[in-house]
Amino acid sequence: MTFAFAALVAGALLGIPKLIAPRRLTPVKAEPFECGMDPIAVAEGRFAIKFSTVAIFFILIDIELMFVWPWAVLYRELGWFGFAEMLVFLGILMLGFLYIWRKGGLEWE
Amino acid sequence: MTPLAMPPVAIGPLAPVLIVLGAAGLVLLLDLLPRPVGRELIATVALAGLVGALLATLARWGKPGRAFQDMLVLDDFALFANVVICYAAALVVMLSIDYLGRNGPETGEYYALVLFSTGGMMLLAAAGDLIVLFLALELMSLSLYVLAGLFKRELAASEASMKYFILGAFATSFLLYGIALIYGATGTTNLDRIAAAAAGRAHDPLLVIGLGLLLVGFGFKISSVPFHMWAPDVYQGAPTSVTALIATGSKAAALAALIRVLVTALRGSQPDWAVLLWVVAAITMTVGNVVAIAQSNLKRLLAYSSIAHVGYMLIGVVAGGSAGPGAVLFYLLTYAFTTAGAFGVLTLCERAQAEAVEVGDYAGLARRHPVLAAALGLFLLSLVGIPPLAGFVGKFYLFAAAVRAGYLWLAVIGVVNSALAAYYYLRVVVFMYMREPEGAGARLVPSFAGGLALAIALIGIVLLGVIPAPFADLAQAAVAPLLR
Amino acid sequence: MSTVWLIPALPLAGALLNIFFGKLIGRRAHWVAVPAVACAFLASCVAFARVWHGGSFTSSLFTWIVAGDFEASVIAYVDPLTGVMLLVVTGVGALIHLYSAGYMHDDAGYARYFAYLNLFVFSMVMLVLAGDFLVLYVFWEAVGLCSYLLIGFWYTRPAAAQAGKKAFIVNRVGDFGFGLGIMWLWTAVGALDYPTVFKSVATLAPPTATGIALLLFMGACGKSAQLPLHTWLPDAMEGPTPVSALIHAATMVTAGVYMVARSHALFERSGTALEVVAWVGVATAVFAATIGLVQTDIKRVLAYSTVSQLGYMFAAVGVGAYAAGIFHLVTHAFFKALLFLGAGSVIHGTGGEQDLRRMGGLSSRMVTTTITTTVGGLGLAGVPGLAGFFSKDEILAAVYHANRAMWALLLLGAFCTAFYTGRMLFLAFYSGPRMSKEAAHHVHESPPVMTLPLWILALLTVVTGVALGAPSDAGTRFARFLAGVFPIHEAPHGGSVAFMLMVLSVVVVAAGITLAWFMYMSTPVRPEAIGRPRTLVHAFLLNAWYVDRLYDAAIVRPLLALSGYLARAFDLGLIDGIVNGLGRAVVGWAAALRRVQTGYVVNYALTMLAGVVLFLAFLLSR
Repeated sequence: MTFAFAALVAGALLGIPKLIAPRRLTPVKAEPFECGMDPIAVAEGRFAIKFSTVAIFFILIDIELMFVWPWAVLYRELGWFGFAEMLVFLGILMLGFLYIWRKGGLEWE
Repeated sequence: MTPLAMPPVAIGPLAPVLIVLGAAGLVLLLDLLPRPVGRELIATVALAGLVGALLATLARWGKPGRAFQDMLVLDDFALFANVVICYAAALVVMLSIDYLGRNGPETGEYYALVLFSTGGMMLLAAAGDLIVLFLALELMSLSLYVLAGLFKRELAASEASMKYFILGAFATSFLLYGIALIYGATGTTNLDRIAAAAAGRAHDPLLVIGLGLLLVGFGFKISSVPFHMWAPDVYQGAPTSVTALIATGSKAAALAALIRVLVTALRGSQPDWAVLLWVVAAITMTVGNVVAIAQSNLKRLLAYSSIAHVGYMLIGVVAGGSAGPGAVLFYLLTYAFTTAGAFGVLTLCERAQAEAVEVGDYAGLARRHPVLAAALGLFLLSLVGIPPLAGFVGKFYLFAAAVRAGYLWLAVIGVVNSALAAYYYLRVVVFMYMREPEGAGARLVPSFAGGLALAIALIGIVLLGVIPAPFADLAQAAVAPLLR
Repeated sequence: MSTVWLIPALPLAGALLNIFFGKLIGRRAHWVAVPAVACAFLASCVAFARVWHGGSFTSSLFTWIVAGDFEASVIAYVDPLTGVMLLVVTGVGALIHLYSAGYMHDDAGYARYFAYLNLFVFSMVMLVLAGDFLVLYVFWEAVGLCSYLLIGFWYTRPAAAQAGKKAFIVNRVGDFGFGLGIMWLWTAVGALDYPTVFKSVATLAPPTATGIALLLFMGACGKSAQLPLHTWLPDAMEGPTPVSALIHAATMVTAGVYMVARSHALFERSGTALEVVAWVGVATAVFAATIGLVQTDIKRVLAYSTVSQLGYMFAAVGVGAYAAGIFHLVTHAFFKALLFLGAGSVIHGTGGEQDLRRMGGLSSRMVTTTITTTVGGLGLAGVPGLAGFFSKDEILAAVYHANRAMWALLLLGAFCTAFYTGRMLFLAFYSGPRMSKEAAHHVHESPPVMTLPLWILALLTVVTGVALGAPSDAGTRFARFLAGVFPIHEAPHGGSVAFMLMVLSVVVVAAGITLAWFMYMSTPVRPEAIGRPRTLVHAFLLNAWYVDRLYDAAIVRPLLALSGYLARAFDLGLIDGIVNGLGRAVVGWAAALRRVQTGYVVNYALTMLAGVVLFLAFLLSR
């Protein structure tokens, strides 16, 4: 039942605009991003691998923030136990950071 | 504001995994020291971590523990699987010392990744919650993806790594989707509570689709047909020691997790998954064995052979009850020793002769190095299932479980397949013993660690073949907690 | 906790140690092997004590596979018969191990030798302990394998390798029948363990029982070198002499007698089978004894003597005198091992001389060997008071009451035995020396490690007969001990008939020895005259009745020709065609399936997706 309802809603949401929405296409409007970047390029284009590594580091720090934020909000309730736990977490993270650093992962050139 | 209730931190059940991961951190740190330390020291630390984890696991036998609100269930089942995993990983580490001597990539990374993936495998076998299961699976897989491509200068290795990663991610997405659907159907990710919530709702479409997608994800990890196609390419391209780890440890962990999920959480749907896996098992062993016949590359041959063996093991999953999963656990133990040993001989031969992986490279090995040839011969005979080696007993328990559960035809297919398999295994033996060597090969002298690893594996297959009863009893006993 | 498992475990452990660490152990191999068997002997004594007052017990030695109600395990069955056999195997085995430490002292394959010897003791002990026919069969083959390894121990000598091969092949002929018999037994009875089988043989139809018993006896003929499968044993003398003593005189070759005695319930079900056993035994006893009359190699004399004595044992069990047969087995183990070890001591002391024509006069140089070997020889001949006298007399008495013709033939055999034994002793020890001056100079007595076993065995030869074999109205003490296993033979034991038989056999023995004295002692021996056929009969005996040549012409050569023809016509054409055809079909399939593996990730992913769809479609359709 639920399943059928979900399928119906999804189908309706796709179908109704097709029927009733007015369509006036301009080239600019057809682009997926309207921020000036040309989205059409050769897929096998090359880019330096260092962009990729930096992106991965960024994600790591990003996720770290996800854990640290709620911890900081509840810092007082969590008390010493929370503090110790966070130290363990950060310690492990720092180990990884140290590793990246020593292995030259942070050097741009 | 009411103070938050802190979850109790149970170090005990975590100890084996913590030891492995701690050793991994230590290995990373050792690699960072300003003055480079010898790769033997790093390997020794890694080995010590695995042996420590093994001892910690054995020490906990019979003392089941749970941690983090049942997210981690270290019962006898998980302990047995962990023993298999630790043995396999330890053998791989010992064999790597010789093998890496040739290519010499960053050893710190190598051993750390082996340990990380081992930790993932151990968690996977002990996961009592779908979320932990997923995390453990990812920890294991991501490490293996990197390990497969560790020899960056080799094209085949990079290709293997890339294929493994892309297809693995593809499969994992199905798995994750399956987990989400099961959560949607039952409102929980805990395996026991899923079982309670799913009782009597075996035909809920959400649950059924979730089950199907879970089977797809696991099917990839254990390389059952039709999700097996990555295996030959990856086994062939990856460094041989990594291949050994993929073939033994990751397979054991994924099968253990599969059994735990099917038998505890989805026991209500058993009529469904048993029939599906019946077909999968039959096709998997047949495809594995038939295609293996046409292989000339030994690593590829062993890849197809490992696909076939997964087919055998699925027989045990299908048979169910306590005998089936028990037989699978026992088979995993025998298979870990046998396969690690066979790949071990390959690593040694490869080291001596750049790329000795074609069957033809093994012509006359018996003449050049009788001990290695005899060892490989025994491992292959165990894979064929010749008594009194471990492989025979393992197959015997699987087929016996199937027959007793009423799956006579599946057992018959298994027996026919075993006969078929003899052809390609024995072909290698024939090459080793009855062909003249092509040119004078280099002398093969395994290091102490490599020789020890082979000796342990050999003793293992003979011991498990001659006195299997106590180990099989342990495997049977280990299944009991799942069936409660 | 039963200690029975120690009896096979110790020799096995010794064998494994010497096999795997032989290089490390090297010259100290006897420090592993001898204590292993000696301790196995002690464990056998413990087991023996448990059945001292009769009765039997079983002990699980090893459980291989347990799956549900299926269990594959090895169970030992111990009763007085087992106890006696265990004592003989491990006791004589221990003495011969000790002796070997001296005899094989300088051999390059020292550790290998002891490994094989221990392995043999393990296999033989398991054969005796076996509680069912399957285990019996497995170790029946295992002792054959050990025998093969030890006959061909000096494998660089073509004769030794050839003899090993011959022993193996001839035994295979017998074992083929043995295996068939066991399979038939299994289909007929549905079980293979002794208690069940012997309980249910009573329900077998006599023709079935006859068939099974005769097939089993075929195996016994091979193992115990009875007509017509006796040809391997004389050739087996190529092995080291202690091996001949242990395997080809005292223990392995008696396995056939043991097996028939053990399954007497089955043989008794069929009168025909027992009669065949008895006649084969009698025929072999006389046949081999006649050949022994003319042999010139000291070991070959003993080999034919062994074949002949085994014939006596079969004659005994064939007429239902099981205890007498087993008693002769025991005494024979003592005096024949003693004779072989004595011969070994002679060979050792003369630097490898085995030819009686080039010996003589050893009595002054090798006093201990002379005394002990003479005791063994007199025991074999059946001189009153010694072990062989009592055991052989029991057999003759039992056969006399069963069949006079058999008895007469066996008496003839006893005469031959006395003659060739006397001849051997006179030629080797007592007549004038015939060896070269230089060789005579080197003759020396063997070291104590070799003479000690000789003394012990000589003592046993003297004592056993009087202690266990003295006849009485209630049967011998030995027979009473085995009463729980075999019914006491009902033939009368005392009385004038028994006395008359005894006197007669003493007369025959005395005549044989006296004749030998006249021929080889009273006049100087001309070595060139011995071993040269002067008459047709002599030539006939020297060539062992031409049996080997007959087999060669009638069986071996036609078989080789036939197999050559079949290999060309049948194998290449038909069988290979079928096998290769099947193989090619599968390989073709494999190649086709292999092409699916394109190597493109896209294809792989697509296959996976197809799998997902199939999985879901299948599950949702249910």
